[in-house]
Amino acid sequence: MHAAIITFPGTNRERDMAIALERVSGRRPAMLWHKDSVLPAGLDVVVLPGGFSHGDYLRSGAMAARAPIMDAVRAFAARGGHVLGVCNGFQILTEAGLLPGALLKNASLRFLAQDCRLRVERSDTAFTRGFEQGAEFSATMAHGDGNYFADDATLDALEGEGRVVLRYVGANLNGSARAIAGVCSANRRVLGLMPHPENCVDPLVGGTDGLPMFAGLSASFAGV
Amino acid sequence: MLLKVTVLPKNGVLDPQGKAIQQALGSLGFDAVQDVRAGKVIMLDIAETDATRARAAAEDMARKLLANTVIESFTVEIP
Repeated sequence: MHAAIITFPGTNRERDMAIALERVSGRRPAMLWHKDSVLPAGLDVVVLPGGFSHGDYLRSGAMAARAPIMDAVRAFAARGGHVLGVCNGFQILTEAGLLPGALLKNASLRFLAQDCRLRVERSDTAFTRGFEQGAEFSATMAHGDGNYFADDATLDALEGEGRVVLRYVGANLNGSARAIAGVCSANRRVLGLMPHPENCVDPLVGGTDGLPMFAGLSASFAGV
Repeated sequence: MLLKVTVLPKNGVLDPQGKAIQQALGSLGFDAVQDVRAGKVIMLDIAETDATRARAAAEDMARKLLANTVIESFTVEIP
């Protein structure tokens, strides 16, 4: 799997993401800067990791979504490329118009730094094929703006098209509409989610619940 | 020319900050407050003397960056 991780000023989850991607694929991802304007040739996956790009000024992800590299990411997605956005990366994808909806301030107004439980609503995406349909797993959440919002018509369309990929199980801590934790594009190749599966890829640090996401993704590009 | 862009959460969009402000006002005894919406004001100083063109530019900026029209509405005024 040939992956690239995009970093912005204030991104802080790129190293754990790189460890997760390398662990399953044996290949170190390319690290790109927001001012780059081209993606490496032959790329399989672009990852927008978590953090606080541009200090969350204006709105989380708003500045990053308009960075030079995002035109290349948009073109990559339009060609059918796979794009994964985690936490701030999800916020950037919605701000960039690559995924519908928006992430509002958590309903509690509190920053949430704790584990959450997720259910895999569809396992037929490159990102979730490592899980069984309906499987549940734990991941870490660390966000202030994770409250997924879209108007009812958009939510109904997302549900109808099967684009709700991950849902919170039990407590819906950030108040997301319909407990949505992750949504994908119509072609299921762009996924955004708020929790951090890359925090959960090592038995010594937080367990390995998130590993199937990366293992499945890697397998998608290994001809498996 | 100075322009004032006001960005507010759209009607129907949950506004946790507005709710928190409303509760705090209530605890101070301002019981008559029925609703609070919290947004932001952005002042732009644009190198433009024509009001129509300045307003059009500010609206373009609001649509492209200053407001997320999925969740926010905006107004442009010349104060």
